Amino acid sequence: MAEPMKIRAKMEGDAADVKVLMSHPMETGQRKNEKGELVPRHFIQSVIATHNGKIVLDAQWSQAIARNPFLGFRIKGARAGDKITISWTDNKGDKGGIDTTVAAS
Amino acid sequence: MNQLRRTFLKLSAAVFAAGTGLLQAGQALAAARNKAGFESKATADALKALGVSGAQQSKDIVITAPDIAENGAQVAVTVTSKIANTQSISIVVDKNPFPLTSSFDFANGAEGYVSTRLKMEQTSNVMAVVKADGNFFTASKEVKVTIGGCGG
Repeated sequence: MAEPMKIRAKMEGDAADVKVLMSHPMETGQRKNEKGELVPRHFIQSVIATHNGKIVLDAQWSQAIARNPFLGFRIKGARAGDKITISWTDNKGDKGGIDTTVAAS
Repeated sequence: MNQLRRTFLKLSAAVFAAGTGLLQAGQALAAARNKAGFESKATADALKALGVSGAQQSKDIVITAPDIAENGAQVAVTVTSKIANTQSISIVVDKNPFPLTSSFDFANGAEGYVSTRLKMEQTSNVMAVVKADGNFFTASKEVKVTIGGCGG
């Protein structure tokens, strides 16, 4: 994975706005390489976000999520300094993750 | 002696079972993958796999997506549900080879809001399916695609 993951969480009103950029080829299984062979499916299929240790978002994805996936979500009642973690698993069992703390608005 | 060995075997079997039980409990934190839904090649089948029945059109679901996407490989889609107690949002691209693109389950204060980028093979309706208090609601928006983004 060339590009590192990125995350930003910032208070907006009474909610934390979280934006995540992951690094993954998200191969659909329909693309052909330069030899004309199909590139096998390789995609993030599960993403879990936690807020101070509690799961807030449990996402299941298909190969139709764009390459280097973007994910934005909001947590009501969060406060500046709260801890956010993201962890993903792809269809080959590879994993990745990142964490941050919520910044004040 | 034999009796002792038997007891020991039973005990270790019990310990092993308890161990696997724990492992499964850990995995259960993540929702079981909706394989049938993600392998469906038609929207109707994907909706069935999601357990959707009697879904109502709702104006309380807002889909933000471009009217025309020049590059189908990166189509920004945001879904906001103003329906109370929104539990999950699924995004379905009707004309994609596999229409169900994603399901997002919310808990512990997460708002009914999600923003992501999708691949779209061709011009299609993008449908959001919201589950709230066990009921299903939908909304759709057409996105015209200039260059498809599945084989690229």
